[in-house]
Amino acid sequence: MSPGVAPGGGLKAALDGGRFAVTAELGPPRGADPDAVARTAAHLRGWVDAANVTDNQGARVRMSSLGAAVLAQRHGVSPVMQLTCRDRNRMALQADLLAAGALGIPHVLLLTGDHPRLGDHPEAKPVFDLDGVQLTWLARTMRDDGVLLSGQKLTVSPQWMIGSVENPFAPPLAIRAERLSKKVAAGAEFAQTQYVFDLGVFGQWMSCLRDMGITQQCAVLAGVGPIRSLRMLEFLRSGVPGVNIPSAVEHRLRSVPSDRVGEEGMRLCAETIQQLQEIPGVAGVHVMAFGFEHGVPEILERAGLARRANADAHSVATGSGHAD
Amino acid sequence: MNNSRLHTWPKPFRPRLSAQLSYRLHSLLAGNRVYRWFAVFLETHPRMYRSFTAVEKVSKERLFGCQMCGQCELPTTGYACPMTCPKQLRNGPCGGVSAEGRCEVHPDVHCVWVLAYERAAAAGHADDLDLLQRPVDQRERGRSSWVNYWQGRDEAMAAVAGSRPTICAKRDMAAT
Repeated sequence: MSPGVAPGGGLKAALDGGRFAVTAELGPPRGADPDAVARTAAHLRGWVDAANVTDNQGARVRMSSLGAAVLAQRHGVSPVMQLTCRDRNRMALQADLLAAGALGIPHVLLLTGDHPRLGDHPEAKPVFDLDGVQLTWLARTMRDDGVLLSGQKLTVSPQWMIGSVENPFAPPLAIRAERLSKKVAAGAEFAQTQYVFDLGVFGQWMSCLRDMGITQQCAVLAGVGPIRSLRMLEFLRSGVPGVNIPSAVEHRLRSVPSDRVGEEGMRLCAETIQQLQEIPGVAGVHVMAFGFEHGVPEILERAGLARRANADAHSVATGSGHAD
Repeated sequence: MNNSRLHTWPKPFRPRLSAQLSYRLHSLLAGNRVYRWFAVFLETHPRMYRSFTAVEKVSKERLFGCQMCGQCELPTTGYACPMTCPKQLRNGPCGGVSAEGRCEVHPDVHCVWVLAYERAAAAGHADDLDLLQRPVDQRERGRSSWVNYWQGRDEAMAAVAGSRPTICAKRDMAAT
């Protein structure tokens, strides 16, 4: 019998309880290897309220997010199943959302997805039958109205919490708050952001969201992550669309000896988390440390974020399912 | 990767007609009884329909980079065509826009939603971008969006965000 997630835990419980929420990223393996998910889950278990299970992240093929989300759940980590519009048409998207509901996946995160051009199968057909806003809207309709896009009734409605993403740093900056507002109107209850390295721009965006009343309706989790080398700095700057690294951050990382860049990046990440906690309306952080999940506890500890209170409950609860 | 293949994906198109002029031209095309009759006539005469659609395609392609989705969103996007976005996003820009406002798939051009915002805002139409746009009906690709428009088929294409609308267009149409 493998350990599972205690019902009622996860991101929703943290947000309802008014705690500063912590999510992290759990990248599924390139292979049919259930132990890889178990190992990553073991690093995060007890430290995060939920972990995003990515969906062919960066347009690179991995184990499906649904499969890996079920595995993560078996190993005591509450999953946020990511689902993108890149690889599935509206029929497949609805089918996977229903499966996620039936398997007790507590949260879904709905996005448009990276274009195949940037991934490992650039010759693939990009689907994009729906966009991220429409997928969010469709999920809300399925859950709350109990119907498919066709209008046909569902026998049982799924019950996941609906999440979305936003990049406060991508032009046109003037509409980035409205853009999240639109996603909230479509059904998003929580949103995770692109990496926050520019606290000035992020603070202005949050201030717009507060003025619009969006932070009352949608929990905003700020994206953070450690820059562990100058190579990674260069990759984030030029290889990942939409990441904005201010020159002050770059200067700080370049001004330490090369063997100290990793340490400085960890310190910077922890400091950023502390500063984010001071910004009104920020409901939590989302730690992106792909391939460095074992370092997440140290980052959180340095930022002063304690282990989650229900960590023990997670590790001993059995995977018996939906006993509310 | 062979860059010459990039052109097979939709590519952001900078409209050749100003937003102001486009809004004015649109009022000339606004639905009325005559246009409606004409649209019905065209649909019952397939050869005429094909010729008319070919004219629409050529003119809108030259002016707006039209992809013939058959359900024109131009009036609510500052007349920058969202179907020229490589992801064909109907509800605003993705998060991959570069700091200079360039497309993540075609870095040599501006994101079409950056153009849409600039054009709509300059004409006092920025609020149009808040509308929730329903999914594209893929059956309409290659068909005349004017014929569809004159017959009121795309009335349920967008919904006002604040009203907690359903995404199911058929249900909405039945309700109104």
